[in-house]
Amino acid sequence: MTMGAVGSSAPFTHSPISVQATMRTVLAALAPATLFNLYLFGWPAILLFTVTIASCVTAEAISLGLADRPVWPRLSDGSAVLTGWLLAMSLPPWAPWWTGALGAVFAIPLAKHAFGGLGQNLFNPAMVARVALLVSFPVVMTAWVVPHPLFAAGSPGLAEGWAITFGGQMPDAVTAASALGFVKTELSRGIPVAQSLPQVPDLMDMTLGLRAGSLGETSLVLILAGGLFLMARRIISWHIPAGMLGALCAMATLFHAMDPDRYASGVFHLTSGAAFLGAFFIATDYVTSPVSKSGQLAFGIGVGILTWVIRTFAGYPEGVAFAVLLMNSLTPIIDQYSRPRRFGRNRQGEPLPQKGAR
Amino acid sequence: MIRHLFPVRGGVHPAYRKDQTSERAVLPLPMPAMLYIPLQQHVGQAAEVLVSIGERVRKGQMIARCSGSVSAPQHAPTSGHIRDIAEVTAPHASGLAQTTIVLEPDGADEWAVLPEPIADPFAVDPQLIRERVAKAGVVGMGGAVFPAAVKLDLGTRYKIDTLVINGAECEPYVTCDDRTMREHPQEVIDGARIIARVLGATRIVVGVERNKPQAIEALTRAAAAYPGVEVVGVPAQYPMGYAHELILATTGRETPAGKRTAEVGVVAYNCSTARAVDQAVRLGRPLITRVVTVSGGAIREPKNVECPIGARVGDLVAFCGGFTSPPAHLVNGGPMMGQPLPNLEVPVVKGTAGILALTRSETNARPEEPCIRCGTCVSACPVGLVPVELAALIRRDDLKTAARLGVGDCIGCGSCAWVCPSQIPLVQYFNYANGMLWNQEQQERKNARVKALAEAHARRVEKAAAAKRAAQSGRKPAASPAAPRAASEETGRKAAATEEAGS
Amino acid sequence: MLIAIGSLTLIGLVLGSGLGAAARFLRVEGNPLEAEIQSMLPGSQCGQCGYVGCGQAAAALARGEAPVTLCPPGGRAVAQALAKRLGVQIDLSKHEDKGPQYALIVEDLCTGCTRCIRECSVDAIFGATKQMHTILTDACHTCGKCAPVCPTGAIVMNPVPVTIRTWHWPKPQVSPRPKPLSQSEPLGAAA
Repeated sequence: MTMGAVGSSAPFTHSPISVQATMRTVLAALAPATLFNLYLFGWPAILLFTVTIASCVTAEAISLGLADRPVWPRLSDGSAVLTGWLLAMSLPPWAPWWTGALGAVFAIPLAKHAFGGLGQNLFNPAMVARVALLVSFPVVMTAWVVPHPLFAAGSPGLAEGWAITFGGQMPDAVTAASALGFVKTELSRGIPVAQSLPQVPDLMDMTLGLRAGSLGETSLVLILAGGLFLMARRIISWHIPAGMLGALCAMATLFHAMDPDRYASGVFHLTSGAAFLGAFFIATDYVTSPVSKSGQLAFGIGVGILTWVIRTFAGYPEGVAFAVLLMNSLTPIIDQYSRPRRFGRNRQGEPLPQKGAR
Repeated sequence: MIRHLFPVRGGVHPAYRKDQTSERAVLPLPMPAMLYIPLQQHVGQAAEVLVSIGERVRKGQMIARCSGSVSAPQHAPTSGHIRDIAEVTAPHASGLAQTTIVLEPDGADEWAVLPEPIADPFAVDPQLIRERVAKAGVVGMGGAVFPAAVKLDLGTRYKIDTLVINGAECEPYVTCDDRTMREHPQEVIDGARIIARVLGATRIVVGVERNKPQAIEALTRAAAAYPGVEVVGVPAQYPMGYAHELILATTGRETPAGKRTAEVGVVAYNCSTARAVDQAVRLGRPLITRVVTVSGGAIREPKNVECPIGARVGDLVAFCGGFTSPPAHLVNGGPMMGQPLPNLEVPVVKGTAGILALTRSETNARPEEPCIRCGTCVSACPVGLVPVELAALIRRDDLKTAARLGVGDCIGCGSCAWVCPSQIPLVQYFNYANGMLWNQEQQERKNARVKALAEAHARRVEKAAAAKRAAQSGRKPAASPAAPRAASEETGRKAAATEEAGS
Repeated sequence: MLIAIGSLTLIGLVLGSGLGAAARFLRVEGNPLEAEIQSMLPGSQCGQCGYVGCGQAAAALARGEAPVTLCPPGGRAVAQALAKRLGVQIDLSKHEDKGPQYALIVEDLCTGCTRCIRECSVDAIFGATKQMHTILTDACHTCGKCAPVCPTGAIVMNPVPVTIRTWHWPKPQVSPRPKPLSQSEPLGAAA
């Protein structure tokens, strides 16, 4: 009843899809937006980016070694690099180096390996790290800067950048609020949305990315291009992005129509913050999202609604990270209720009624 | 004819790799030196041997007969002498042996006296046709190997209106049905019409995947004269050859889980089986040969071979030029669902559609990695299961929940394992789970029986002790109640009485 | 301040009496652990464990008096399941799992003494004095009590053979499973 005469079982052919190939494609989709934004924010951003990814890979290697698992095969699948990349994109570009390193400690050993390693974590590791950093170091994590393109005047050179990232010397008078943060602060001062909006970078700038924010909040066009590329390559499907962006826009538009002074418009919500990055690259993380298509749609809609709610009513200006984590915790339940109907059975699992006997 | 096809869900699109063998005509295998005919080449009870060692048999002579209500006979593929009736390794992944008749051909190829050909199958009593098909040992040649005659009986128990002929052949590499449909389309259509008549079906739908345009054309021409026969091109999507899926695609009817397709008024037969029925009825010939596709990267000259039942796999491989390199896998069937073979000495049986010698690079195999919950397996499963969840449950030994979530519904098509980026052996998990659940069920049944026996034993002992006490105190024992007793109880009583007498 | 103290005290009293009432009216009779353990045992009442019947063995296990390896017919699977349920740490890798077996009488050695017939708890043995004895394999549940009482040693325990019908694929082994930190070997050693 146990060992057969032969080793492996069918199938004896496999599709060319592999974990490595998938990760590489995702990184390729992220690359244009990332490179553009690294250019926009200059040397400090490049250094922080490098430190974050290197810390994540190191943390992964150490965790794998401690857990007695094969180090090189797991490292080479690219999941730690992707986590570090997304984490770096959600940090303020001129943040000190230890935010990236500490974020790596939160993301890899705590949010991923403590749960069992690749494929076992309940929460998105990059978002866990970002939220932990945001809650612990609110000032550093909200110190946004306006773009200082790499070789333009006024942009820090390599030595200056080194000092900013590793020396902790943030130059004075360069911090600026992100669009979301600005609107929220003005609202709390009693200034209606319609009045504060014109002071925020205009739509074109927000779309192209020429405004203050994290690396991932900028350049909508390139993120969208990357996301569409992933959909074309069948890495992700339309369900989560469409659900999230659709719900976000719908909620915002609805409430904006009811009270334009209090609520920002749908388009503003879509183009500000990390909505697009979250929709295409963060919420679509395989491990922490539901497996069935209907479940993914529900998940996306939930993230969209929660993002809007947190942005509008909660204490933090940006809601994507929290919304993603909250919906991650609901993924097992969504999975349980969104199982497909089995062939020959009804939704309750009983066989279809029979007919046809003589 | 333009027909409306119905959507089927799930499924995958592996590379066909059929052009290695599909464009050449079928070649007959030269008769090998020894033939090995197993008694069990079908679902149901194994056949009973009719011949003895040393006996001379002729071609087409029945050498093992039906045993039980679901069974099929075996016939001699050529004339010769019975050399042995022995346990020979079966063409099965387990490597276990089964009872096999060993026949040494004498080279004469002399036919036995065959049953009379039935001149007009559409005028005689259908029962006659069933008997003829039963006697000819025809079984489902698409791989399910269900006795064809027993399936013909379904017309008496269900209202059948449609016969679907399965020409899908969705597995990569395998082209035996394709060549059969191209080279013998009239026999396929004629056999289909005979089967339909016996079942009482008024409509025949021949479903062929669209990657076989020549077969579709040949069959359409052969069926042109018969208005009740429609030849349909179905999308080339694995596993379109799964009968329930083909029926859904062509007729739109979904068979209830765990029930026969006859419940929805449809019966499906493989196209090669239809041809075998035709030969049995029109020519009186039993099933003694079949077309086998020999292919794969490690075979020097891949081709389709008309092979006598009982030839060794090694004979087939030798006929195809031998191996170009030692194969990584020797497979019986297609690469998606085929059984790995233990060695080259196993025989070709009625259900062997393909013999593949695959190289490692062809299989695209990589070491297994952890599941990343991508959910592609869920999209691929044609039955609507959630393989990622089932595999996780089985890994934790939670077979009960896996059974509740439908692991028993798994058809073993391999779509999920084919598509998995981490190359997790999902089908093996499900086969393991279903095997364990079946064993557990047998064990529970046995435990229930044993418990009943133990209780009966305890009652008997108590009664004997009471009788002893009553006898010792001088009173007659009370009349025993009329309870059903096992024979062992009687024996036990005798033993107790003996003990009494002896003590 | 007094209101705070008063309201919290009131809440504590209400919840406490609620718990007390639940302990009284919603209690579960008997020891559910025992019933659960009994359902995990094979249930054939063979007595190899030394207790009279599986119910008593379950009670002993629930009290913690019996080792989890007490059931030979259950094999390693039952021992593992019991260990998991009772939270017992045990190394079963050396535990010999004999697998399903059945008893067979070697006819050359049988003298017809009927000792085994009397011993069999399910009356699985056919025979009479001075007549050949034979065992119904369908009824035999491997308790093994017949083998030691046979004076000529004619009873042997054979493993149940696997047939093509009963064979199934084994559980796939995941390549190197990580071991708990306390038992880990240096990196590079075979798993």
